[in-house]
Amino acid sequence: MSAAETLASSVRADAPPAISLKGVNKWFGALHVLRDVNLDVALGERVVVCGPSGSGKSTLIRCINRLEEHQEGQIIVDGIELSNDLRSLDAIRREVGMVFQSFNLFPHLTILENCTLAPIWVRKMPKKEADELAMEYLTRVRIPEQASKYPGQLSGGQQQRVAIARALCMKPKIMLFDEPTSALDPEMIKEVLDTMVMLAETGMTMICVTHEMGFARTVADRVIFMDRGEIVESGEPQSLFSNPQTERLQTFLSQILRGH
Amino acid sequence: MSGVTDPRLERKAPPRPLRISWADQRFRNIIYQVLVVGAVLAVLYWLWSNTRYNLEVRRIATGWDFLWREAGLPIGESLIEYDPSMTYFRALQVGVLNTLKVAIIGIVLATILGTLLGVARLSKNWMLNKFAAAYVEIVRDLPLLLQLLFWYALLQGLPGPRQAFNPIEGVFLSNRGLKVPFFIWESAHSWALLAFVAGIAATYFYRRSARAKQYQDGQIRAIWPAALAFIVGAPLAVWAAMGAPFTPDIPALRGFNFRGGIDVSPEFFALLLGLTLYTAGFIAEIVRAGIQAVNQGQWEAAEALGLPRGRVMNLIVLPQAMRVIIPPMTSQFLNITKNSSLAVAIGYQDIVSIANTTLNQTGQAIEGIAIIMLVYLTISLSISLFMNWYNKRIALVER
Amino acid sequence: MSDITANTTLHSSSAARRAPVSLVGPMAWMKTNLFANWWSTAITLALGYLFIRTGVGFIDWAFVNAIWTVPVSPAGIANTEACREAKGVGACWAVIHEKHRFILFGTYPYDEHWRPLVVCFLFIGLYIVSAMRRFWRWELALIWAAVLTVIGVLMWGGVLGMTYVPQERWGGLPITLILATFGLAFAFPVAILVALGRRSNLPAIKALCVLYVELIRGVPLISLLFMASVMFPLFLPEGMNIDKLLRAQVAIILFAGAYLAEVVRAGLQALPKGQYEAADALGLSYWKKTGFIILPQALRLVIPPLVNTFIGFFKDTSLVLIIGIFDLLTAGKTAIIEPAWQGFGVEVYITLGLIYFLFCYAMSKYSAGLETELNKDRRR
Repeated sequence: MSAAETLASSVRADAPPAISLKGVNKWFGALHVLRDVNLDVALGERVVVCGPSGSGKSTLIRCINRLEEHQEGQIIVDGIELSNDLRSLDAIRREVGMVFQSFNLFPHLTILENCTLAPIWVRKMPKKEADELAMEYLTRVRIPEQASKYPGQLSGGQQQRVAIARALCMKPKIMLFDEPTSALDPEMIKEVLDTMVMLAETGMTMICVTHEMGFARTVADRVIFMDRGEIVESGEPQSLFSNPQTERLQTFLSQILRGH
Repeated sequence: MSGVTDPRLERKAPPRPLRISWADQRFRNIIYQVLVVGAVLAVLYWLWSNTRYNLEVRRIATGWDFLWREAGLPIGESLIEYDPSMTYFRALQVGVLNTLKVAIIGIVLATILGTLLGVARLSKNWMLNKFAAAYVEIVRDLPLLLQLLFWYALLQGLPGPRQAFNPIEGVFLSNRGLKVPFFIWESAHSWALLAFVAGIAATYFYRRSARAKQYQDGQIRAIWPAALAFIVGAPLAVWAAMGAPFTPDIPALRGFNFRGGIDVSPEFFALLLGLTLYTAGFIAEIVRAGIQAVNQGQWEAAEALGLPRGRVMNLIVLPQAMRVIIPPMTSQFLNITKNSSLAVAIGYQDIVSIANTTLNQTGQAIEGIAIIMLVYLTISLSISLFMNWYNKRIALVER
Repeated sequence: MSDITANTTLHSSSAARRAPVSLVGPMAWMKTNLFANWWSTAITLALGYLFIRTGVGFIDWAFVNAIWTVPVSPAGIANTEACREAKGVGACWAVIHEKHRFILFGTYPYDEHWRPLVVCFLFIGLYIVSAMRRFWRWELALIWAAVLTVIGVLMWGGVLGMTYVPQERWGGLPITLILATFGLAFAFPVAILVALGRRSNLPAIKALCVLYVELIRGVPLISLLFMASVMFPLFLPEGMNIDKLLRAQVAIILFAGAYLAEVVRAGLQALPKGQYEAADALGLSYWKKTGFIILPQALRLVIPPLVNTFIGFFKDTSLVLIIGIFDLLTAGKTAIIEPAWQGFGVEVYITLGLIYFLFCYAMSKYSAGLETELNKDRRR
């Protein structure tokens, strides 16, 4: 892939960072899963996190909207520090959208209701307005015709696109993607990645855990390689992939490339 | 598809003629069915003719005339007016009502206790968790009849009324059963009760209209103040408006027994206790499984959208858990009803006990058993019909 | 590119640090599991107090103040005065001491008690063998037939120098085990046929099976037992008579058949449609398809719920007390009818409870273990 095909960067280095992690440590019981993680993500920056399984990359982004609690260090999202204060938690979760590996659509609600739930109950939006908003985003992810169906009736790729639309309906400033394509069949991966590229074009701040190297090359401003709970290398996708500095990244890349 | 359709596309498949040949599957199927149904009917006919012959030899008249004869059978507790000079039919009605009484109270109590235990089973508190686990294991691994006999023996082992346990003022537990204080029921109380039921309905409608208004303007309206006013305030107001009558009726020892208050017989108490504790163990497991059936991802997704925990529970988790919980829960309710028939072993006069006595007194064995089965089948079938309807209504739509 | 190194930050690999003490160790465990917040602390304290109170009370009653034996007069009448004095303070285990043989074996001739004892062990052995996965073959049916025959010979006697014991004198634990085991052994084939019938596409047969299952499941077991005890004699031709135990056994088989049929049906439904189609495509006949392909898989799927259903029957056999059959519970209840021992039901029921619990707990643990094991297999 040549440089011409990559997206123009929308990083706004002048603004304060959207996300800032300083010396973050986390343990599961005695297991040290995040080790002294330092990371600044600028507004509009698109970061791809990769690494072998169990390297702590999912935990890292789950700490950012506090689905997991970190035990040491400081996480500041959109100017608000994460703490036990429930009000700050509510504020952050409104600004941060998340897409999960296993979609996690609500099976008892229709596609439209999945999308309008949070605008109605969190943003206190009238139903009609929420419906219009949801239809707008469903159109953008190209499945408006499925609005009245239930998640169980959709394919995996369609479900994941609904999940993206659902998160977007909250008009978040930051989007987190936790391996959004790992649970999908190959032919469905593309439709989800296309949706994500489209989102990146709008200048959204994104952190994305994924093994899709093609996506990383096209979209990412920066790629972070994690192993055993720490950030081992980070840099522009081209340079990182073509010239890995550490043995760990070299091994990882050779495995990934062999696999694809 | 719209517009003009080719008439050839609307043609139905031609009917396949039935061949009278062993090589035709449909012909074979008919023969198999005729043979099986014939065999079953033959066995039934054989049993029926034997029965008819035996009844004739033993000079037992069949029929339902006995229902209108004088029962002469004393019944300890009854929800409707009854004395032994009334008919068997009346006695059986008393039995059905007694069955329903213990079943309904048992269902309510077992559901409450079972839900608490099921939630305790998921508690992060180790002690509470292990306590609930041990309770469930013990209660489910002992025969219900044994548990009933145990509670009954324990109650009978209590001292007599004169040395009755008196844990709280006015509550007496003795080998004559449980006595609890009450108040004298007056019409004001009935009206207050009516207001309470109306309050529940009003809350339901208030909630619907609040939801509709929210959809209009987006403002979330709290339901609980209205609910409190409708369900608690209105009945209190009705009661106060009618003069707030309240005459306590506290049991007290007079001679060898108690007077006043509400009387719970040891038989009813043991049966209710046994049924409740036993079934709560099963309900606890159902509730636990139901809550666990809702994937952790559902919690995470809802929280990531910024919904507060209470709303996650209300809007996401409960609606999904209920789908898993309600079908097995109904079968537990049915089990309580059927298990209440064990009453006969400790002398609580439910339908089985009274039908059994009727059967022994009149010799009408077939009719007696038929009555028992009919009563339970009616209850079971009506509940399963309701369940089928309900399951269809809430089934998740899948591909 | 020239600015690779400038753009690429490298981190030296830092060694894994131990979690702060506040996160691991027994203190941390107690903090998270017992005293996480004020609410959890309150529960822990309240429950702890309750356990200690009732635990001490129970130990006092069951051990410290308990009476283990009482003098028995030569005429065989026990003097239970000591027990009566200790009532409410200490347990009277003397009733178990005096009556345990009666509770376990009922009115079976005293000198022949070794026979029901061997029978009980044979049953337990049979359960253990059936529980082992390497014996899950069709030959297991032969083992069952052989052991059940030996059990019959031992109980009745009359051969090999053993005296004949009529069935009316049997009682206690063997009766409970007989009712449960024979009930299962005979209900199982019935259940398989009914489950297949309910899944068949022959409407008349399907209707018959649905009718049977729903009728039986709609009524309590007691009504079936009553039917067995008062109506069966009317069903049979004159002169033909079957004894009470057998009649109750038939009722239990009919009852168990309906419930087991639903369990088996669940297994048949859980089997992927492809298995049925593959068998059809191979040209197997209905019975060959069922016997070789469908049932072996479907039954394997439902073994854990089958064990749970069996636990249910094991407990439900105690209902025969109501029609006066001498099982374990009836024997226990009868043991305290004697005036000297009246009022010591609690002790007897606790002992009976222990016996039932041992059997049911072992089975339920087995079923839970099996379920995880089978799930593991399936995932692989």
